[in-house]
Amino acid sequence: MLSYAIRRLMIAIPTLFIVITVAFFMMRIAPGGPFDQERALPPEIEKNIKAAYDLDKPLLEQYTIYIGKILRGDFGPSIKIRDFSVAELIMAGAPASMQLGLSAIFLALIFGVGFGTYAALRQNSAVDFAVMGVAMVGIAIPNFVMAPLLSLVFGLYLSILPTAGWGDGEIQYKILPIIALALPQVAYIARLTRGSMVEVLHSNYIRTARAKGLREKLVVNRHAIRGALLPVVSYLGPATAAVMTGSVVIETIFGVPGIGTYFVKAALNRDYPLVMGVVIVYAVMIILLNFLVDMVYGLLDPKLKSRS
Amino acid sequence: MSQHAKTANGLVKGLLNSSRAFVLGTALIAGSMTMLSTTHAQAEKILRVGNDGEPQSMDPHFISTIQTSRLSDDMFLGLLTYGPDGEPVPGAAESWTVSDDGMTYTFKIRDHNWSDGVPVTADDFVAGWNRLLDPATGAEYASLLYIIEGAEAVNSGKEGAKLAATALDDRTLQVKLTAPAPYFLAQLTHQTAFPIPQHAIAKFGKDWVKPENIVVNGPYKLTEWLPNVHSKLEKNPEFYDAANVPIDEVIYYTYEDRTAMQNRFRAGELDVARDIASEQISWLRDNLADSLRIAPYAGIYYYAIRTDKDMFKDVRVRKALSMAINREAITDSVLKTGELPAYSFVPPGTGNYGEPAYISWKDLSYNEKLEEAKKLLAEAGYGPDNPLKFTLRYNTSENHKRIAIAAQNMWKQIGVQAELFNTEGKIHYADLKVGNFEVARAGWIADYNDAQNFLFLGEERTGPLNYAAFDNPRYNELMLEAEKEGDLKKRARLMKQAEAIMMEAQPYIPIYYYVSKQLVSPKIEGWINNAPDRHLTRWLDIKE
Repeated sequence: MLSYAIRRLMIAIPTLFIVITVAFFMMRIAPGGPFDQERALPPEIEKNIKAAYDLDKPLLEQYTIYIGKILRGDFGPSIKIRDFSVAELIMAGAPASMQLGLSAIFLALIFGVGFGTYAALRQNSAVDFAVMGVAMVGIAIPNFVMAPLLSLVFGLYLSILPTAGWGDGEIQYKILPIIALALPQVAYIARLTRGSMVEVLHSNYIRTARAKGLREKLVVNRHAIRGALLPVVSYLGPATAAVMTGSVVIETIFGVPGIGTYFVKAALNRDYPLVMGVVIVYAVMIILLNFLVDMVYGLLDPKLKSRS
Repeated sequence: MSQHAKTANGLVKGLLNSSRAFVLGTALIAGSMTMLSTTHAQAEKILRVGNDGEPQSMDPHFISTIQTSRLSDDMFLGLLTYGPDGEPVPGAAESWTVSDDGMTYTFKIRDHNWSDGVPVTADDFVAGWNRLLDPATGAEYASLLYIIEGAEAVNSGKEGAKLAATALDDRTLQVKLTAPAPYFLAQLTHQTAFPIPQHAIAKFGKDWVKPENIVVNGPYKLTEWLPNVHSKLEKNPEFYDAANVPIDEVIYYTYEDRTAMQNRFRAGELDVARDIASEQISWLRDNLADSLRIAPYAGIYYYAIRTDKDMFKDVRVRKALSMAINREAITDSVLKTGELPAYSFVPPGTGNYGEPAYISWKDLSYNEKLEEAKKLLAEAGYGPDNPLKFTLRYNTSENHKRIAIAAQNMWKQIGVQAELFNTEGKIHYADLKVGNFEVARAGWIADYNDAQNFLFLGEERTGPLNYAAFDNPRYNELMLEAEKEGDLKKRARLMKQAEAIMMEAQPYIPIYYYVSKQLVSPKIEGWINNAPDRHLTRWLDIKE
């Protein structure tokens, strides 16, 4: 197990390097640069600014400069939000994104697995159809519809929560963004759990457990749920990485100081250093969480356990 | 002492002896402190503004968006500043004189301090301007000071170049211009002309703009900046006119989502929303009429025609395309937010100009225009068998798209086939700059209130910003003459002649004049609609 873990972590380094390289060149291949805007810059000024950011050097040289800098832990300055370095922006936004993301995924896990299991145990009943129907709607309604709706209903009409904003980070400002983030995940996890639970409930080892005369509750809680959770766990890796790195929609609508906005805004602004910064954060998160998932998998799946 | 009192006394004593009493006491003290601070908070006047974009920097030299200048206008004081009605008024300069030829200005700097108590000197202006123009600074807006002698040479890194701005003494500043530009004073309200606290920059380097280090000479000072959420500005007690600044704190909340910003305004969480969700204009007119502020704004929305493309070399073709655009339909049926149809390139009401030179055929009926347009196209050799075909480019935006679709249909009526091509902003402007388009959407918002700031877009020497590649020798000549002319009336006449040439040649199809659209709570006092759309917090108050 340990050697496997070390091997996995070793592979992560070249993976990250490839991600950085591909992102760097893809960003530069995209037409338009950070200073192409409604108000075009006079040529001499554009020259000055490009020189200030090393953008006037040949691409390959820029790349080696960049790699050198990140090896020293320097992610450079943001081009569009000049008073902050990329590291400062990410450090300022990451806590909010992670906090919301983790809470959302936690909620999603509890409710998703709960609803999914409940529906699977009453397969093809009215309850099953109702839960799955709601889940389907949950997946189908995009965030940019759900978030303003929540803000309108709870903030404006019922006036029980702020419509948006962050205040000084008080809990009431976080409730709606967490719910909005969690809803599609609840729905997805519920459907995933139900599907695999139904399958597991029909498998041989469950039939054996039942044949031994175990109570249904024990069959489900001790045996079935472990097997049923496997697809959920593998989904959780990338899902957690995605949710924890913020969501541009949620952040824009609720005014959350997260890093999700940068994925879109920095790319549209061609804020090269910031794009690279968030790409690296995201890649690291994916790699780490997938690694964690694999570890948990080994614990949950008896087949893998016996192999190792 | 009554029995009751005795019992109570004993109870208090007993309580004080117990640990519970300690908790109670602490709670009481804490409670009263909270009350105290609440009273204090109530006495403070806090203005909450929804800003439709994230600030770029607190350093005036790195600011190029209007959303950021809203903050810098509150923090720094130029030689002149925006008055409550958007007109320039004395700022850091208490008075000035102008030489007879209109080329030399001498400013008397007001006796005032930076927020750390250090006096503001004439040299802080000279140093600021030199920093802005230093090629190593890489300031986007440096060209705005090119009107000062030597500025362009300094910015281009020419050896031995020297800026003609001199501190004659601590409080006297002399500036020489390259031309008698009547807009120079108005330009001094712009962030590019702000002074800089040299001592703070020397001490903190580029970190001088961090809330803990920043030093300002204006009415407010940055205390907190949470990226993408808010920036807080607190009243600067060192500001020379602090006694007349009623609002204690202003918080700028970043909202790029107009609907979300509007909802916060409706919920009473914002006092001002600097933009509206235009698609909800009818609802706003019905329900928030007392907050809705729509006012003319010094800007023009236009289509640029690339005049060096073969089919557009013929002025008849350009004119026909312009005539077929039903501007009234666009403003009244597509936009519906009070924009005015444009028949000139300089918006009416622009400074030092008077009435603009309108397109000669402005007053024809739309049907007459269509007939004339068809005739012009036929003369130019286009007809049903040989239709004019081109691509109309626009950058991503719901309104740009709706206007482009409308224009496409209007052109169809005269047999023109326009294909629509949408790209995101960065690609759009990169292509416009190098002339990689046929017809494209563009817009211009004035940097300073003067007709020259619109008309220079048609000058050959303007370079890439002259999207149409319009090159009319007489136009260029008139603009050069106007630049040298010291007499305001003669200058306006020359520029108007130039505009008339441009309107006849139609390298740019003016479509509508911009309006500013915002929501301002009725409890805000001192908000005066104005064309530059500047509303410095120092002039505002909150009615209790």
